[in-house]
Amino acid sequence: MTFQMKWDTCDPKTDYVLHLADDALILGQRLAEWCGHGPILEQDIALTNISLDLIGLARQYYQYAAELIGDGCTENDLAYHRDSRAFKNHLISEQPNGHWGDTLARQFYFDTFHFYQLEGLAQSSDERLRQIAAKAIKETSYHAQYSAEWIIRLGDGTEESHEKIDKSLKKLAPFAHEFFIESEVDTAAQALGVGPKVSDLCEIWTEKVNSILKMATLEPVDLGFPKKGGKAGLHSEHHGYLLAEMQSLARAHPGVTW
Amino acid sequence: MVNKEFLEKALESVMDPEVPVLSVMDLGLVRSIRIEEEAIHVEVAPTYTGCPAMDVIHLRIKEALCPFGVTVIHPVIHPPWTTDWMTEAGKKKLEAYGIAPPVGKASDKRTLWAPSPTVRCPRCKSELTSLVSLFGSTACKSLYQCQDCNEPFDYFKCF
Repeated sequence: MTFQMKWDTCDPKTDYVLHLADDALILGQRLAEWCGHGPILEQDIALTNISLDLIGLARQYYQYAAELIGDGCTENDLAYHRDSRAFKNHLISEQPNGHWGDTLARQFYFDTFHFYQLEGLAQSSDERLRQIAAKAIKETSYHAQYSAEWIIRLGDGTEESHEKIDKSLKKLAPFAHEFFIESEVDTAAQALGVGPKVSDLCEIWTEKVNSILKMATLEPVDLGFPKKGGKAGLHSEHHGYLLAEMQSLARAHPGVTW
Repeated sequence: MVNKEFLEKALESVMDPEVPVLSVMDLGLVRSIRIEEEAIHVEVAPTYTGCPAMDVIHLRIKEALCPFGVTVIHPVIHPPWTTDWMTEAGKKKLEAYGIAPPVGKASDKRTLWAPSPTVRCPRCKSELTSLVSLFGSTACKSLYQCQDCNEPFDYFKCF
């Protein structure tokens, strides 16, 4: 007999809330890896501040999902006691930090998408999601400004920084493509009026991203063949290592709280 | 029976642990106070979604109201807290403390990549200042430097 977890059979809305939560948590955890390793103090603090915002946002979503699941489910169960296949974050969120340019390219793509996603969520039919989005969108506009400024600085910087950020942006573009590919989670959420139609966000995202890339003297974005699967729980190898580190304490000491 | 004004007065001594010159009243974090038979109910808004000071703020509110009765805290996120909730007196206290207060209205932050505001140096009041880093010592502050007196300073972001 297989043991059924409380979150194995979620309704479409809960699944969608988990998808939003997982993105925020996984990217927040990735950024936290920079803590103490930033190139200079100010940038170390900046990335960990963004990490803090994202983890705070993840908690809001997980608390809501836990309420929807009921049966004594908690935010901790959802963050620490689900395995990789249960996570629905985009593949881009779990990609390794790489060098500074890789991290900022990932952040730039994500923040810009996140801003428009939250704009859509602010119109959600679900009151709680509307409230969470209204709060998070202001924080996200600061994240997006920060990452865009770095893209300009690196692109319009030295020959070496230009070459490196160009490579990072091109490497991550197919992952950004996943934002706009409708998955089962998105389609169900959209049908319920809970979340925005993600394919509709592609145009405005591309336009904004390209306006920054132009200022950065970089080529317009080419999304290429999409690298997808995250929203269906099919993750890259990196995901397991990230979870192993993040969840080890909670699993070694069951019942521990944050 | 204790009255509401009395409780508000007591809360003026509850300072934000990260900005110790501003009380929860100056910040506009206290949304409502309801006095009931068995407990005092206080609605408190978080500044930032991930603000690590929230637990401490809740605890300090409970401590400050302890002489008046049992206090129950209700976190509320709607309508969201913005720097518009900060009182004028609070903004003056911030500047006197050496932190530039938020410039403009929070609704300005609803657009992506809007131009940055002019931030006045809290020491010499010069408007010739430049942004060093968007994220400062805490998530709610940016780091600036004055071009006239050369002093670095914190700016409480409009949010």
